[in-house]
Amino acid sequence: MPKKITIEPVTRVEGHGKVTIHLDDNLNVVQSRLHIVEFRGFERFVQGRPYWEAPVLVQRLCGICPVSHHLAAAKAIDMLVGAGNGDGLTPTGEKMRRLMHYGQIFQSHSLHFFHLVSPDLLFGIDADPSVRNIIGVAMENKDLAVQGVMMRKFGQEIIEATAGKKIHGTGAIPGGINKNLSIEERDRFLDGKAFPNVDQMIEWSLGALDFFKDYHKKNRDFIDHFAAFPSSHLSLVRKDGALDMYHGVLRAVDAEGKVILNDVDYQDYLDYIGEEVRSWSYMKFPYLKKYGKKNGWYRVGPLARLNTANFIPSPLAQKEFEQFKAYTNGKPNNMSMHMHWARLIEILHAAEMMKELLHDPDLQGEDLVVTGTKQYEGIGLLEAPRGTLFHHYRINEQDQITMANLIVSTTNNNEPMNRAVAEVAREYLTGQEKITEGMLNAVEVAIRAYDPCLSCATHALGKMPLEITLFDSKDQIIDKKRN
Amino acid sequence: MKILFYGYGNPGRQDDGLGIYFVEEMEKFVRDKDISDISFDSNYQLNIEDADTIKNYDLVFFCDASQENIDDYCITKVSPSDAHIEFTMHAVSPSFVLDLCQKIYGKSPDTRLIHIRGFAWNFLEGISERALKNLNSAVNAFRQMLPDLAENNISVLENISSCHLYK
Repeated sequence: MPKKITIEPVTRVEGHGKVTIHLDDNLNVVQSRLHIVEFRGFERFVQGRPYWEAPVLVQRLCGICPVSHHLAAAKAIDMLVGAGNGDGLTPTGEKMRRLMHYGQIFQSHSLHFFHLVSPDLLFGIDADPSVRNIIGVAMENKDLAVQGVMMRKFGQEIIEATAGKKIHGTGAIPGGINKNLSIEERDRFLDGKAFPNVDQMIEWSLGALDFFKDYHKKNRDFIDHFAAFPSSHLSLVRKDGALDMYHGVLRAVDAEGKVILNDVDYQDYLDYIGEEVRSWSYMKFPYLKKYGKKNGWYRVGPLARLNTANFIPSPLAQKEFEQFKAYTNGKPNNMSMHMHWARLIEILHAAEMMKELLHDPDLQGEDLVVTGTKQYEGIGLLEAPRGTLFHHYRINEQDQITMANLIVSTTNNNEPMNRAVAEVAREYLTGQEKITEGMLNAVEVAIRAYDPCLSCATHALGKMPLEITLFDSKDQIIDKKRN
Repeated sequence: MKILFYGYGNPGRQDDGLGIYFVEEMEKFVRDKDISDISFDSNYQLNIEDADTIKNYDLVFFCDASQENIDDYCITKVSPSDAHIEFTMHAVSPSFVLDLCQKIYGKSPDTRLIHIRGFAWNFLEGISERALKNLNSAVNAFRQMLPDLAENNISVLENISSCHLYK
């Protein structure tokens, strides 16, 4: 009788999900799926609300990445007020938003690497779960734990200074920003008195890269081959091909590096991208229409961004980027665990960009908002920490939202995560008579590489019970964990 | 004595914002009465960097909405030994934050959790009437205790009747 293995919930990712793995009588993996069990319906909920509420409303989607939604919604709303397509703001308006965004990238990536991934790297995926966590990291390598905490704090402080407050920040408003950065606020990030300064953040970012590269050297086989599979990659890039996480054009490359979506205006995204619904998951499956549902899927996020970009416009990160590209002789990198490497390069880039912006006098400018002719449709894209984030709204004469379409980063990675689970399940679980914690964690390690935020991906309402259940070949429960 | 009140929750989901509203009320009170050495913070949820925040205080009150079967509010002592690793970073607990503070900074502030009973959790702003009554009960109790707490008299917490204080 076929055997079903369930891993639920997936630990150390945001939100809730479960993994089911079906084995046949010979213990071969015949099917594996990442089920998203939450349903949020946010796109319906936001209809009827005035459009200017969108940048604040959408922050309710997720307490981990509200800023990404805030900024993507703001870019869409900019169009509704006639403030242009992402590049029509005043210098102060755009640079304040960029600083907020880099703060978000920095804190989110830091949280993910230091506290969600480092336990696996430090202790190994077969280690006892009671130590394979951030408390264990703190016991084993206190400096690493402290750095992770302080890097998170720095990014959060940047967000508070630019968005105005930690919860439901209102920094980005239609056509611009509602505050500049005072000299006093700026100096908090430069003088190192309240917390370590931006130069320290750059130094720690370089240290984190060295930590990973050292680990890679000693564990090359695992890092290069674990859950590796070829795929297309999609992200925004600046018009000159630079990595730009705030604004750009849409580019996609296939697994060999051929450009398959050539720097298109993201206002036309519906011409190029479709979303498939499957019966067993509330999360949709986006795909490039030209290649169809079966072959049109793609990856987004740090690995995709470094695969599509030509260069990184900050010197230290550019140097690391050159090493990264050299590892695959300039071809796209399809090794899933290299997402961590890419993510750390982005942490460094974000730190450099924050430093550059903090020294830019435009942040103290007084010209904050642009207005123009009202429009009835607005689309805003940006590169959130987890990947390309789409916000699309239509409004009526009464300024109410009549349509909302959100494609969040994790949704874009739905098919890749399922493929990653399948790869790992085949390697670790096929033919095994005993299922160990390490084997189950291997599946989760594959998912964690994508840093998924499952709350955003399904815009769920309400809380869900959490349960881990393992079934034997007779569908009898052999283990159960409840949160 | 340095005291921190830290409320967390999502004010975009009705009573889930009780912790935030509690902190807002206490902050108004402290400002009006000009009581020193009391700080306030709030967020959607607790985060790892809060281990760095609480290390600077002698007494920390976390405040969150509760679905437990309690009358209106209750106060429990937070122990790092109760910390278990939550399955997502959405759910970092006060115990986790205290444990991390102890492990990386060697600091263990006296930490309590104020639970305020809530009833409604939809995507709406504003708390329910029933929850508002519970909020007011908690706020009034702390308004009375705060001058003593600020003078290092933690024993006032012990004077709360047993239905409010669970060890």
